[in-house]
Amino acid sequence: MAKIIASVCCSHVPAIGAAIDLGKTEEPYWTRVFSGFEKSKKILEELKPDVCIVVFNDHATAFSMDIVPTFALGCAAEYAPADEGWGPRPVPVVKGHPDLSAHIAKSVILDEFDLTVVNKMEVDHGLTVPLNLVFGSPKEWPCPVIPLAVNVVLFPPPTGRRCYNLGKAIRKAVESYPEDLRVVIMGTGGMSHQISGPRAGLINSDFDKAFLDSLAGDASHAMNLQHIEFMREAGAEGIEMVMWLVARGAMDEKVVEKYRFYTVPASNTAVGHIILENAA
Amino acid sequence: MAGNEQTEYDDIPGTFIFDAAKARRGYGINDFCMTLLKAENRDKFRANEAEYLKQFELNAEQTEAILKRQWNRMLELGGNIYFTAKLGATDGLSFQQVAAKMTGSTQEEYAAMMLNGGRPVEGNRSKSEWENKNG
Repeated sequence: MAKIIASVCCSHVPAIGAAIDLGKTEEPYWTRVFSGFEKSKKILEELKPDVCIVVFNDHATAFSMDIVPTFALGCAAEYAPADEGWGPRPVPVVKGHPDLSAHIAKSVILDEFDLTVVNKMEVDHGLTVPLNLVFGSPKEWPCPVIPLAVNVVLFPPPTGRRCYNLGKAIRKAVESYPEDLRVVIMGTGGMSHQISGPRAGLINSDFDKAFLDSLAGDASHAMNLQHIEFMREAGAEGIEMVMWLVARGAMDEKVVEKYRFYTVPASNTAVGHIILENAA
Repeated sequence: MAGNEQTEYDDIPGTFIFDAAKARRGYGINDFCMTLLKAENRDKFRANEAEYLKQFELNAEQTEAILKRQWNRMLELGGNIYFTAKLGATDGLSFQQVAAKMTGSTQEEYAAMMLNGGRPVEGNRSKSEWENKNG
């Protein structure tokens, strides 16, 4: 039986990807950010996941305004890094796990979550930056990845509660997969940030810390936050944090916080990161 | 209820809510921006901007906002930041440089604000707070 062994959440700022790609990781501005992920790389090495499910959002790369799926599950054998206007990121092709994807799609749809199935998709920094943060820059990613794209671009995105419950359904799906697989689920995006309009640059560390505390403890605070609270308190793009709730929902009610990191800023954004395991 | 909710979102200062109605109105802006993901299209656009824009569903105001790089106006008229950022990239601007322009500050001022912890939420929750500040 497959099993979700940990939930790993982190921001996916494009400038972090640019810093890696342009060899700027040793600059003081960036060591402040990257040093916070040294321990995570060790933890992930020990966890040795067989598959990672990465909950992320596409940034007008694979999905234009022609079609905007709320939840889209990648079922492909591989996903090429996308050209986001500066050429594709020089990172490995992301290999998928089509069998587990198909199993999750079937199980979750029958569980009344109407996912969109995606058989071809290029992936942008929203997916590849978190992989770099927890796996570094290897020649090949250490395990197959199942992308789950969540719409947070067109208002309204799914609610935090809906995301949390989808996480629960994904866990149920994973646990009914016959093969013994160690699965890590990643929630990405956030934390507080606004990159649009005259209020751009908004950061709210108190909000972010309360959100992290809630994920590590009783998730009901984070789960019940309304869109207006995310957007007013954590910036228009802070709404991305609903994606972390998918990862949290795939865990037990009681979790153990294995690691946490928080710093401001990376470019326009507060960088947050948390690793959770189920309480024994 | 829906009406009250709309007012709440409208009350967030300096913020554009990009919903389905906005997406319909601004479809041409975002459609245009998507084409800039290809290097050959970026070159065509640079060669004759006004001519290039004729192939999209844009009204005169939207065309003007694009040509004049009115970054906030584009969002007001239905553009979305993740799309207009591609126009920024075409101009050689990073996300942070586009953000600085939308706030009316220089890149240096904006970067310094971010290093100092960003724009605080206090005083930036409601339009009334901005009016008091300016009045």
